[in-house]
Amino acid sequence: MATLHQYLLVSGLLFSLGLAGVVLRRNIIIVFMCLELMLSAANLTLIAFSRFHTAGNGLPDPSGQMLVFFVITVAAAEVAVGLAIIVALYRSRQTIHTEDLTSMRG
Amino acid sequence: MSLALLAWILLFLPLAVAAANQLFVKRTGLAPYLSVASAAATLAISFLLLGKTGSAEFSWAAVEGFSVNLGVTLDKLSTGMMIVVTGVGFLVHVFSLAYMKDDEAKARFFTGLSLFMFSMTGIVLSSNFIMTFIFWELVGLSSYLLIGHWYQKESAADAAKKAFITNRVGDFGFMIGILMLWGITGTLAFGGMHAGVTAFQAAHPAAFACILSVALLFTFCGAVGKSAQFPLHVWLPDAMEGPTPVSALIHAATMVAAGVYMLFRVQLSLDLDPEFLGGLLSSKVIAWTGGITALLAALMATQQDDIKRVLAYSTLSQLGYMVMAVGLVAGEAGMFHLFTHAWFKALLFLGSGAVIFACHHEQDIWKMGGLLKKMPVTGFTFLIGFLALIAVPGTSGFFSKEQILEAALHHEPKLFWIAAIVALLTPFYMTRLFVVAFLGKPRDHGADHAHEVGPLMSLPLIILAVLGLVAGYPFLAAKIAPAYEQPEHLFHFAGLVPMVSLAAVALGVIAGFALYAGKDKDPVSIPLLRERFYIDRFYDNFVVRYFQNGFAAIVHFFDEFLINGVLVGGLSRSAEGFGNLFRRVQSGNLQGYAFAFGLGVLLVIYFTVFF
Repeated sequence: MATLHQYLLVSGLLFSLGLAGVVLRRNIIIVFMCLELMLSAANLTLIAFSRFHTAGNGLPDPSGQMLVFFVITVAAAEVAVGLAIIVALYRSRQTIHTEDLTSMRG
Repeated sequence: MSLALLAWILLFLPLAVAAANQLFVKRTGLAPYLSVASAAATLAISFLLLGKTGSAEFSWAAVEGFSVNLGVTLDKLSTGMMIVVTGVGFLVHVFSLAYMKDDEAKARFFTGLSLFMFSMTGIVLSSNFIMTFIFWELVGLSSYLLIGHWYQKESAADAAKKAFITNRVGDFGFMIGILMLWGITGTLAFGGMHAGVTAFQAAHPAAFACILSVALLFTFCGAVGKSAQFPLHVWLPDAMEGPTPVSALIHAATMVAAGVYMLFRVQLSLDLDPEFLGGLLSSKVIAWTGGITALLAALMATQQDDIKRVLAYSTLSQLGYMVMAVGLVAGEAGMFHLFTHAWFKALLFLGSGAVIFACHHEQDIWKMGGLLKKMPVTGFTFLIGFLALIAVPGTSGFFSKEQILEAALHHEPKLFWIAAIVALLTPFYMTRLFVVAFLGKPRDHGADHAHEVGPLMSLPLIILAVLGLVAGYPFLAAKIAPAYEQPEHLFHFAGLVPMVSLAAVALGVIAGFALYAGKDKDPVSIPLLRERFYIDRFYDNFVVRYFQNGFAAIVHFFDEFLINGVLVGGLSRSAEGFGNLFRRVQSGNLQGYAFAFGLGVLLVIYFTVFF
């Protein structure tokens, strides 16, 4: 069986991948997907900790798993709102490339 | 009503009227009448208070062990002076009703007059030096406001500033003098000065004369400024830019006499041995300043073309007489001359006002002429004022001037001869003025179309002319003059003084007639006198340029560089710099923010985990 370290390593890689995507990619849909990737990385960490933190009776710690459910729910809501914003953005600006969206420049 | 209450009303009624004028009735057109009513009321109160003695006081500001009081003192000096102030004041108010009829800012003018009446009353009734000083500054303020009444004219605005600033120079010395006298006598109240000064004399007999002399000299500085004595006389002729009634009231009869009044009040309060006082250096300086002013001003008056300027220099010269009398420890004579001079000089100024009014604001005497026929009332009243000023026997000026000459001869013969020369010059320049402006033929269409002025203007002239004639006689002077002694021998023509003064009058008048009768332009031209001994020019080119402008440069440096550049500008510039610095962070680049955010999170983790 894989160790906690291996899980965390994969999770860290996933998170870094997501962050790199958020920072580097210009298409806002891709940025959005990378955000989801980062959330998944966090979920993976939580599940891994839950699995390896048995509470005396040999069962995995339930609080980690509960947190994951919360994250998935919130992520679903976030996707709904985020996609709606992107659609509205596209309608008003005809673009979803971040380098074109700099009207808040000081 | 009690005396004190009356005195308080006398003091504060004009202030209330000035405030009401400015705050409530400015636009209704009633302001002039309110001011005239207040002047009439104060005149009535002054008559009620005449000859009464008493005092009232309240503490205005008190700190530990020291209290500044506002108080009124009633004695023969102050009540007599109030008759002069309110009497001339009332007549000038009435005259102004007609003179300022078409002025757009009548309300402001009469507010200024009422404010002046308040301030002047304060000086006269004052019971201590602090109050005198406060009202001293207030008359300066109201004089400033009234000289600059036509502030749209640059010359008027400049003259107002000049008067104010010149007075400031004198007032600085005055303040030092007040503080020194306070240090010597330990009191600021006039009433306690004699005791204080006697105690000081007993404690420091050696240094007493010297210290007192210095203190009195500094006090005299205030009178030099306010009474326009040499070398601070330059503001008074320029002050003629103000409306003529103002010149009559403030710059001839009352405010400029305040210096003489104050000096005499101090002498009375100190109540020293006259021999000792006369021997002090300060008394000598005062007497000589007065004499020199009288002489210089009379010389300058001989070459002026502006009717009001001639009268202004004549005022200077007469004030010089009064100051000289005070310096010669003959303050009684000075105050008596102040009293008579107030009437006939106000008369002359109001007469010149009537002339200026009739000639459509022409002030050059060489453009007048023949006015005696065109304006008989003004002309004859002016003639009476002229006779009184040159001290023709029988007029009020004769009695008072003779007293001063007597005093000069008695104490300091050199000053007597200076005064005699002034007594010769006075008839000369006044004859010149009268002959050129009132006799002969009109030289300009303004004078040609001149008409006699209305009753509002001629009545004050007539009343003042009567007073100018009779004010010197004991039946009137004994009652209302602000002096304790009256001339004993009325028509006593034997002796040096009457002979000299009569000869001076005759010579001056004859010379004036001989030189100026029938002339169309000035046959003599003495640039030195015309240019007023170049004193004004010296002040402009030297004092103003080097002192005032040098000081202005320093102030400008502080203002522009330190305050504006470093404090105000520096603060705004540093805020702007920081703003510019942080502006760059706000790039508008989404991923930039995300990157910075990620970096921040990493930093937080790093610090929380590894420290």
